[in-house]
Amino acid sequence: MNLFLSEIKSPGTFTVINITGSETTRILEMGITPGIRIEVLRKAPTGYPIEIRVRGGLLSLRETEAKSIELKG
Amino acid sequence: MKTPLTIALVGNPNTGKSTIFNALTGLRQKIANYPGITVERKVGTAIINGVLHKVVDLPGAYSLNYKKLDERIAYEALIGSYEHEESPDLVLVVADATNLDRNLFLVTQIIDLNLPMVLVLNMMDEAEGKGISIDEKALEQNLGIPVVAISAKQKESIEQLKHVIGSITPGRSTPLKWLTDSNLKKASELVISEWIEPYTDIPERARTIEALRLISEGEFIGAFYTFAEVEKGKKVIAKARAIIEQNGGNPLATEVIQRYDFIGETTLDAAVQNSENKKTLTDRIDAFVTHKVFGPLIFTFVLLVMFQSIFSWSAPFMDFIDLVFVGAASWVANALPPGMLNDLLVEGVIAGLGGVIIFLPQIIFLFLFIYVLEGTGYMARAAFVMDGFMTKVGLHGRSVVPLMSGFACAIPGIMAARSIENWRDRIITIMVLPFMACSARLPVYALLIAAFVPSTTVLGIFTLQGVTFFGLYIFGIVMAVLAAAVMKRIFPTGKQTPFIMELPSYKMPKWSVVVQNTLDRGRVFVVEAGKVIVAISIILWFLASFPEVGSEEYETNALPTESIESYELRHSFAGRFGQIIEPAIEPLGFDWKIRIGLLTSFAAREVMVGTLSTIYSIEDDGEDISTLKEKLINDINPETGQPVFSLATALSLMVFFALAMQCMSTIAIVRRETNSWKWPVAMFTYMTVLAYLCSLITYQVVRVL
Repeated sequence: MNLFLSEIKSPGTFTVINITGSETTRILEMGITPGIRIEVLRKAPTGYPIEIRVRGGLLSLRETEAKSIELKG
Repeated sequence: MKTPLTIALVGNPNTGKSTIFNALTGLRQKIANYPGITVERKVGTAIINGVLHKVVDLPGAYSLNYKKLDERIAYEALIGSYEHEESPDLVLVVADATNLDRNLFLVTQIIDLNLPMVLVLNMMDEAEGKGISIDEKALEQNLGIPVVAISAKQKESIEQLKHVIGSITPGRSTPLKWLTDSNLKKASELVISEWIEPYTDIPERARTIEALRLISEGEFIGAFYTFAEVEKGKKVIAKARAIIEQNGGNPLATEVIQRYDFIGETTLDAAVQNSENKKTLTDRIDAFVTHKVFGPLIFTFVLLVMFQSIFSWSAPFMDFIDLVFVGAASWVANALPPGMLNDLLVEGVIAGLGGVIIFLPQIIFLFLFIYVLEGTGYMARAAFVMDGFMTKVGLHGRSVVPLMSGFACAIPGIMAARSIENWRDRIITIMVLPFMACSARLPVYALLIAAFVPSTTVLGIFTLQGVTFFGLYIFGIVMAVLAAAVMKRIFPTGKQTPFIMELPSYKMPKWSVVVQNTLDRGRVFVVEAGKVIVAISIILWFLASFPEVGSEEYETNALPTESIESYELRHSFAGRFGQIIEPAIEPLGFDWKIRIGLLTSFAAREVMVGTLSTIYSIEDDGEDISTLKEKLINDINPETGQPVFSLATALSLMVFFALAMQCMSTIAIVRRETNSWKWPVAMFTYMTVLAYLCSLITYQVVRVL
């Protein structure tokens, strides 16, 4: 079942399926490309941003970005 | 190479680029803003094998397909189109070895530019610690460019890098064969032949990169597009995008995905991650530091320690600086014959210089903390923890430290706002920052509260004086939040910049970088803001001292018990201006004495106390407020027979001080940091208008109650 990063409730590892929306290019440029495994680590106290590990580095994403990253469990 | 080169350092943020720049150039470097914009330009020289090379530290960039001004300048400088930058003879691309894939993305773009280049793989020690081993030779083979693997913190590494720079014969890089998608190829060739070649003067080496950029970005901003044919270009781009879309591709994504596919093949045999999924130290610290409950608590604690230290460590230095300038002023005053030159030097120049240097201790200590925290990687976590709270009020997670610094002094806070990448967030932070109750307001608050707020006990443990004091601080914060919310609605969003923030691994800060960066901030303030501050000081001195008053005139016209200083001030240009604006100021409850105080306190808020001392003819220069306090309480308006200061007047004045922009040093630093007079003028105007309205309401309401 596919779902967006914004819908992930608890930490875990997921595979990126697709990137949508107007920020597509920069999200991809940061290494979040289809087929890559990302590890969702934690959320900030207010729910956003979300911290993920991708290609060995840590990134912080806000709601807009999280809503445009489609994942597979 | 024996010829002098222009060497450009380029790379992602957080790759240790600045460490390498500092190590290569040492103290032979200069910082200034690029003309007309707010990006800082760092240039230095490095002597390698007896040849003097010029080294330019270009702004950090994740991609040549720029999303931000910094990245655009890096791009335009690399392709030789940026008018304020020479095109480089050699490009050192710095990459973080612990994050090789993502760093190679920019590397593959720069390789496509056909520039002589070297890939500097930094942080090799950390990569080893993470179980990553990189085969430099294989990487050289696959990318076709020289690769140097270093750890910039080690001296030997810098020697090794210098050796490579000193011995290479710069040759052009060969474009990589990453582009295999035939539709993207067709699309980019179309853009080059129908738009870039006929209508732009983009250097030949950059045509492919620019075509790809236009296809995925579709925007015509930048130095090349100042002419009318842009509409034609837009049609060409639409056509190019259609080629990709008709075949089921996404023009926003194809290039990036193709490059990452290529990178995957490149690193397959060149980089090995040995221990998968090992819990690193960074993970364990992060679990604690970004925790839902502990995270904000730790951050609050860090801030408290930071500001307590800034206050208590700066105080002796500030006292010392004060002492030196007072000493210098009295020495000059005695050494030179009395007269205009004497006054100009003592009251204009020396006082102005003192007003600049006095801020240095706070700036130095704040930036020491900031650079240490930045160097460890903590600052990004603080922004992560606070971002959710701050976005609600229109600011950014990174606004917290600058805003809190504002409680000590707005100047270091405004300088610290440069860590906010997004221009809109940064300008809003700067514009609301002076509402934070800085330490220069303290003497004024203290004087007025002590004189006019009764020390009645409220709620059992507090006094009304203490509550008023606290209330003024909260008032400042509330106004800052409200102003930010309003500005967020007014300021155009412009092009949305994505908010993907990197969280670098924790590490020990590099001390030489911390010290050098801190000193750079101090130097930038003294040299660039200092000029403006001294100039304004001289103008203010002139307005408060001229026209001169003869002693005869004073003896015949002065009020009873009035000192000559007070009389001079009252009849100076400043005093006369005070009289002109009287009808406007009167509804706020201020008499002529306060009016003059308001004018002189434009230099700095605490000057108010000194001016009132002068007007009330107290010998002591405001150090001891008890005499002045008595005079204020007992001052009777001769016309009405009422006290000059009522509670309404005092409250109105405090509200005015809480909101008005009475600090020329803030104006000067806002000009420097925004690189334009537009923002400081806007700041002065809106804060003064707001202060006026709120004071008016306060006075009129309290008077009736």
